[in-house]
Amino acid sequence: MRRLPLNLWIGGTVVGILLLMALFAPWIAPVDPLKLDLPARMQGPGGGHLLGGDEFGRDIASRLIYGARTSVGIALVTTLVAVALGLVFGTLAGFLRGLPDRAIMIFNDAFLAFPGLLLALGFMTVFGASRTGIVIALGLAYMPVVVRLVRGTVLSVRAREYVEASRVGGNSELYTMVRHVLPNCMAPVIVLATTMFGWIILSESSLSFLGLGVPPPAPSWGNMLSTARPHAAQAPHMVILPGLCIAMSLLGVNLLGDALRDWLDPKMRG
Amino acid sequence: MQDGLIVRNLTIRPDRSPLTLVDDLEFAIPPGQFTALVGESGSGKTLAARSILGLLPQGLSPTPDSRILFDGEDLTRASAPQMRAIRGARIGMIFQEPMVSLNPSMRIGQQLAEAMRLHTTLSTRQIRAECLAMLDRVQIRDPERCLSAWPHEFSGGMRQRIMIASVMLLKPRLLIADEPTTALDTLVSRDVLDLMVDLTRTSGTSVLLISHDLGMVARYVDDVVVMEKGRAVESGRARDVLRAPQNAYTRKLVAALPRRGPARPPTDAAPLVETRGLSIGYPEKAGPLRPKRFRRVVHDVDLAIRPGETLALVGASGSGKTTLGRTIIGLERPETGSIRIRGQDIGDQGTASRCRARRDMQMIFQDPYSSLDPRQRVGPLLVEALRHLPGLSDGDRRARARDCCVEVGLDPALMTRFPHQLSGGQRQRVAIARAVIARPAFVVADEPVSALDMTVQKQILDLIRHLQDSHGFACLFVSHDLGAVEQVADRVAVMEAGRIVELAPRDRIFDAPEHPYTKRLLEASLRLNAA
Repeated sequence: MRRLPLNLWIGGTVVGILLLMALFAPWIAPVDPLKLDLPARMQGPGGGHLLGGDEFGRDIASRLIYGARTSVGIALVTTLVAVALGLVFGTLAGFLRGLPDRAIMIFNDAFLAFPGLLLALGFMTVFGASRTGIVIALGLAYMPVVVRLVRGTVLSVRAREYVEASRVGGNSELYTMVRHVLPNCMAPVIVLATTMFGWIILSESSLSFLGLGVPPPAPSWGNMLSTARPHAAQAPHMVILPGLCIAMSLLGVNLLGDALRDWLDPKMRG
Repeated sequence: MQDGLIVRNLTIRPDRSPLTLVDDLEFAIPPGQFTALVGESGSGKTLAARSILGLLPQGLSPTPDSRILFDGEDLTRASAPQMRAIRGARIGMIFQEPMVSLNPSMRIGQQLAEAMRLHTTLSTRQIRAECLAMLDRVQIRDPERCLSAWPHEFSGGMRQRIMIASVMLLKPRLLIADEPTTALDTLVSRDVLDLMVDLTRTSGTSVLLISHDLGMVARYVDDVVVMEKGRAVESGRARDVLRAPQNAYTRKLVAALPRRGPARPPTDAAPLVETRGLSIGYPEKAGPLRPKRFRRVVHDVDLAIRPGETLALVGASGSGKTTLGRTIIGLERPETGSIRIRGQDIGDQGTASRCRARRDMQMIFQDPYSSLDPRQRVGPLLVEALRHLPGLSDGDRRARARDCCVEVGLDPALMTRFPHQLSGGQRQRVAIARAVIARPAFVVADEPVSALDMTVQKQILDLIRHLQDSHGFACLFVSHDLGAVEQVADRVAVMEAGRIVELAPRDRIFDAPEHPYTKRLLEASLRLNAA
């Protein structure tokens, strides 16, 4: 109860700003993020541009705002995809047991054996380097972790006595599952989802870095970071600013996730 | 200077809190005496005992004017190294849960030797000889093998014996035993206690027993201190206190001991629930060449439960009594045999009809802390139990839930609470309300009071009996607690190793048991009047 408001405030504010940036980018951004202004190449903050210019003199402030649209948007949708798929398969496996469980878990463990990024790379070659491609590839790559977690939690929750009590009460298996098992599985899933949000922003950056992410010249925090790398010594602001954006958004999402988990737990509501 | 343990003005209060957990407690244990701290959960008895060893939870400590004198030395002022020298060597402790108080990754021999090496100067060979002798004393078969075995190879009773052995090896002057047999069966706990008493008497060790079991206290203890809400409300010779309690709270505790009620007239109505040749087994792991086999836990059980009667199923843990109850209710599948409800076999019908039969059958679980969904408020929980009753509007259901709350003695204002905001007794009332709200004809109660405090146990047993009288449901009462059984049962079935060895009306079982196993069970159950 005491910790909750602070988490909620900081996390909520940061996430709120991110969402505003993403939604209203065209209205907030001072200039067109693609407009070249060669005299302002690698110019530091201040001067003609609020946060300086990049290697082509494009306005970094505007690119960061548009980048939020790409990075946060992709991370959000991808997390939802991974969690939704993970919940479906994890619940099926933990609930049906037997053959379906084995089949799902064999595929899942095979997926888990590959590093997430490698898996995403593989999927990218199938789905192509586009936003949809990234979402599907990263979503599939991160799904196995959720499946494992959900299955384990379902297994432990379904053995509790209140679940048996619901069965004895004549409720169908499906009802019991949705009403009594799933809600009690959500706390760890929420924590994992917020952590995953961070991983996905980083993975999207890595994919961009490898040239498989959001295709240039569209800005994402990841590809801004990777194109700035060769110029880090002369123009550190080009690296620091997108890095700071990534770090802040991770912090905000994690705090909000903690607050959300506490808020959903009746014991914490007092 | 005086020998033994003297506790004076012991007060424990958390920092910056008006709550006093232990309030000005005073008692003394002369050398060689057996003293008990008795009270319900939250009475501060465990905290008081732990403070003697300096094992209070973080943030708690006795107030400066508390005194704990042990053989003339003030333990509240002892330094950490001094306390380490005292713990184990001069004051030993036995914990409640034998399943977790031995380190699962150390062999028994290493664990026994560990404290000996620390506190004595004996050689490895001497230590080994002492350990073997002590394991023999606590009646472990094949002590040699035991030394190289792991804790998981032993049952709870055996582990508690090993625990006692490891503590008594150092011949402490004082032994603190915190509910040492609560986790054990009647028969086993009797053996373990006898052993503990025998060992401490021969070595002149005084014992501080922490317990809520008055029967046990009456049989073994010299002096007793009754605690309520951190205060000692009564103390004195155990016999006097329990025979003629002066304090109102002590009287309440003694009155809460189960007593045999008047027998109800037997019914000869057609059985409501009937099992024929029921066997239950769990499949063992089948290898590629090994056929699937069943490990039988219940053998060939014939039971008949008549409308409105209470049939108690008693037996040690592992006797299959819980499995039998769960199978009748439909949570497990029988291997062979049939279960009939009102003469209809429900074993070989489809799921739907089993659901219909289930509406007539309900269950009360042992642990009210885990049988209620932590995310469901009391009101919706009761309303949900009415889901399958046809022809009720939402308003009807809510009204019925409210009535049912009143009936089980719960304030309807509690309907907006979550389970964790209720006490153990209140939770069990909610669980009972859930079971009876749809007016079932048959209820299985699986150890419904064993997780509760003494006075609450009595209230819950009375409540079940009362509800049964007003609604006339039949009850299968599964329990290892003969006291509770004596209070509620009409007939008693005794189970041993998956078979029913004796089945008779309650008075016959308790007054004239026939089967040797029943006799042993009765002998081991510690009742106040027997002492």
